[in-house]
Amino acid sequence: MTNLEIYNRMFIRDLRVKEEDLPGLKYRGIRTWDSLGHMDLIADLEEKYDIHISTSDVMNFSSYEKGMEVLAKYGVII
Amino acid sequence: MMDYKDIFKRKPYFTEKAEKETLYGEWLTELTEYHRERCTPYGKLLKNLKVPQYQHMREEEIPMLPIGLFKDFDLVSIPEQTVFKTMTSSGTSGQKVSRIYLDTETADYQQRALVAIGGDFWGDARLPLLVIDSPRVLKDRNLFSARGAGILGFSIFSSRICYGLDKDMNLDLEGIELFLNRYQGETILIFGFTYIIWNYFYQALKRLGQSFHLPKGILVHGGGFKKLTDQSVSSEEFKERITEVTGINRIHNYYGMAEQTGSIYMECPFGHLHASIYSDIITRRAKDFKVCSYGEKGIIQVFSPLAFSYPGHSILTEDEGVILGEDDCPCGRKGKYFRVLGRIQQAEIRGCSDTYDG
Ligand SMILES: [Zn+2]
Repeated sequence: MTNLEIYNRMFIRDLRVKEEDLPGLKYRGIRTWDSLGHMDLIADLEEKYDIHISTSDVMNFSSYEKGMEVLAKYGVII
Repeated sequence: MMDYKDIFKRKPYFTEKAEKETLYGEWLTELTEYHRERCTPYGKLLKNLKVPQYQHMREEEIPMLPIGLFKDFDLVSIPEQTVFKTMTSSGTSGQKVSRIYLDTETADYQQRALVAIGGDFWGDARLPLLVIDSPRVLKDRNLFSARGAGILGFSIFSSRICYGLDKDMNLDLEGIELFLNRYQGETILIFGFTYIIWNYFYQALKRLGQSFHLPKGILVHGGGFKKLTDQSVSSEEFKERITEVTGINRIHNYYGMAEQTGSIYMECPFGHLHASIYSDIITRRAKDFKVCSYGEKGIIQVFSPLAFSYPGHSILTEDEGVILGEDDCPCGRKGKYFRVLGRIQQAEIRGCSDTYDG
């Protein structure tokens, strides 16, 4: 699986969304992406990519697109 | 319009008195006008109190809402369809609960404030988090209690979470031990409400004759000692006893309102509660509401520049406290530092409400 496929799959599974909903999706933009959903998503991405994201980057992970920028800081290129 | 980027570019404990006074005068005046236009009951109240419009106010001139009003009125400054979460709080006296309506913006500001404050105390790396509460508290994702909000807020600091109590509030000793063994020797964060930690964690450990060895643990607790002073447990005794059964030396109490989630007042190693750039505090004399001097006991008024979806930027609490000083705590943090003494007397509370009956 490519990094993008993993990334999308985690969003789809943890936030219960469809692939076509992903572009433009924002943290707190939908009911399932609240702080609980957010922490599940972050924990799963950390496990899949074997990284540790800092607290402030968890805050910076504010949308589907922003998340890719955050992960790039940890060497995960999507 | 206030520039929130500017607030969040600032570190929480670096702004000194003169600059903070200027900023808070500007920010809170702006927020007062903002809510006056958007929240009808708030606008009416200001009209009744004859608060002048479009006029710069200093922090101490900003009208204050007695915290009880959040129970009597639906105080909200956003259209219903943009309400993202509703929080309920029964923290103040009486049976009715207050409702706090959050949109995504205000929730985001409050979370950012908490992250910056926590980060100042234990750094930016996320830590294993042991929550001393039951996961049942979070059952409804859209409508949650102040307790739930505290847990959700602190979960951002966590790399992994373990709930230390089961759905019936019994200590899950096995679960806790499993979790602690996994992170042995690492810094871990423990979070909970003061009376829950005391009644369901400390007392249970005592009863079972159990203890932990967590020299690198950091315990953060809030929600007040009210329910503990009834059992005559002081803040000092709480610390001593918790250290006894957990080996934790870093214990931070915090003071905060459900009505101003996020901008909490954390206790430093010198036992002082600290205001940050995201909050401020004034104490007032019960008899005439004049601002107290430092060192003088008074009713606590709290400010937050982050309350956008509801008019919660200036609240008169039902707590008494003493401001000890400003900018010169030996821990090095700038801002006011204080101590909370407990609830004010019922008669005084009625006095406060009467002020607002006009
Ligand atoms: Zn201090």
